[in-house]
Amino acid sequence: MRGVVKSFGAHVVLNGVDFEVRSGETVALLGPSGTGKSVLLKHIVGLLLPDSGEVLVDGLSVPHLSRDSITRLRQRIGYAFQMGALFDSLTVYENIRLGITDEKLYRNRTYCDDRVATCLKMVNLSPDVGRKMPGELSGGMKKRVGIARAIAGKPRYLLYDEPTSGLDPVNADAMDALIEQLQDELRVTSVVVSHDVRGSFRVADRIALLHHGKIHKVGTPDEFKHAKDEVVREFLDRDFQLLGAGF
Amino acid sequence: MATVAESSVSSRTASLVVTAPSLVARHVIAGFSHVGRFSRLVLELLRALREWRQWVPRAVEQCQNVGYGSLFIVLLTASFAGAVTSLQAGYQFTGSVPLYVMGAVVTESIILELAPVLSALILAGRIGARYAAELGTMRVTEQIDALESLGRNPVSHLLLPRVISGAVMVPVLVVVAILAGLLSGYLAARSSLGITTYDFVYGSRYFFRSFDLWYALIKAEAFGVVVTIIPCYVGFTAEAGAEGVGRATTTAVVWSSVTVLLLDTVLAQLLLPT
Repeated sequence: MRGVVKSFGAHVVLNGVDFEVRSGETVALLGPSGTGKSVLLKHIVGLLLPDSGEVLVDGLSVPHLSRDSITRLRQRIGYAFQMGALFDSLTVYENIRLGITDEKLYRNRTYCDDRVATCLKMVNLSPDVGRKMPGELSGGMKKRVGIARAIAGKPRYLLYDEPTSGLDPVNADAMDALIEQLQDELRVTSVVVSHDVRGSFRVADRIALLHHGKIHKVGTPDEFKHAKDEVVREFLDRDFQLLGAGF
Repeated sequence: MATVAESSVSSRTASLVVTAPSLVARHVIAGFSHVGRFSRLVLELLRALREWRQWVPRAVEQCQNVGYGSLFIVLLTASFAGAVTSLQAGYQFTGSVPLYVMGAVVTESIILELAPVLSALILAGRIGARYAAELGTMRVTEQIDALESLGRNPVSHLLLPRVISGAVMVPVLVVVAILAGLLSGYLAARSSLGITTYDFVYGSRYFFRSFDLWYALIKAEAFGVVVTIIPCYVGFTAEAGAEGVGRATTTAVVWSSVTVLLLDTVLAQLLLPT
């Protein structure tokens, strides 16, 4: 991303964001609620278009892609939404099956059965969950199913939007473990949007802090831990105080 | 005191003079923006027709919802409309015109106006509210974003099947409504006015032209598209959480009902020879 600006009415959310993710790494995008982390994530997949600036994925300028090209690009990106965003009129099985973006494979019932079972196993859910409707699932399970749907199409990139928000600490830890496990198994490039510092330190190779519509600092978890920067310290200290944890 | 009041009134007038043009301009721009977005949606719908593998199975499902699900309420409305038309015509015409005219009045009123318009208004409430609420909820819970992020076209998955179901099923429901309205009209005329079957049928056939039925079907087709496409547009573009969904639902019902009435007038002017 280069110089991305995005406003909603008079409210400027992103004010010249420069942000790069290298192949194979996991980057955690941190920042307090309402700073535009999810907005930034939606630009990567073309769900939002910038007012100005460039968004490049695989060398393609996302805002300028045709419908067919953006469809092909999206087939390479898995997007796990904050609340799961499961289709509530479809079973869990059908939800995950929709993640199989190759039309030929999507119509192959045997492949779909295998793939859905595999994805459910990857997110540590039992196969019988496939028969349930989203309304029957807990918040944590919905997030897991959302991740299962995101990985069903074997994407090259994975975007997580607040994977641990709304979860209790035990489930949040389990979710972080799941993200780590998926990184090891799938070897994908990932962006994790979060305001959970501890979890981000656990899963990320690099961390970026979004502050006042701009990327304030990018660095490894170690660099962040030892940063003297006032904004970084303020953000980290607040989160660790809330968690009752320390460095 | 008077001076203070006068100055307050004059300052309010001045502020109105300043703000009124910007308020009008804002509404005009919003109106044009809706026209633009709606036109784009129509183009997207036409373009999505080629993705038949996506929309055909879902359209069949929606046809069942619209057709079977609305059958009872359409039958009920048409039956009451037929009976009331018959009773009112009897009240107005008894003693002044031959009884067989009742057959013509009931038949023409039901076919030309009551069955298509009442069915469309009922469906604007039933299907319109449902579609706007469904799509609005999907929008605010990011389900539509999720569909797009999976590289799937929400127009062919969600909107086109709903519009197709309206275009296919509303004419069918209107035919059913016509039959129900005619039957109830005949029964009401027979029981309250004592008209014979022969006279009723004679009157019905005397003034009937086959174009009347085509006219009803053309109206039904247009109404079928209107009562689905407007709620789809409104729901698809819903914003701001539960309040936005509620607003979208109301807007969808009001706008599709008003458009049905407007279209009714326009089609009468265009298609009925005077």
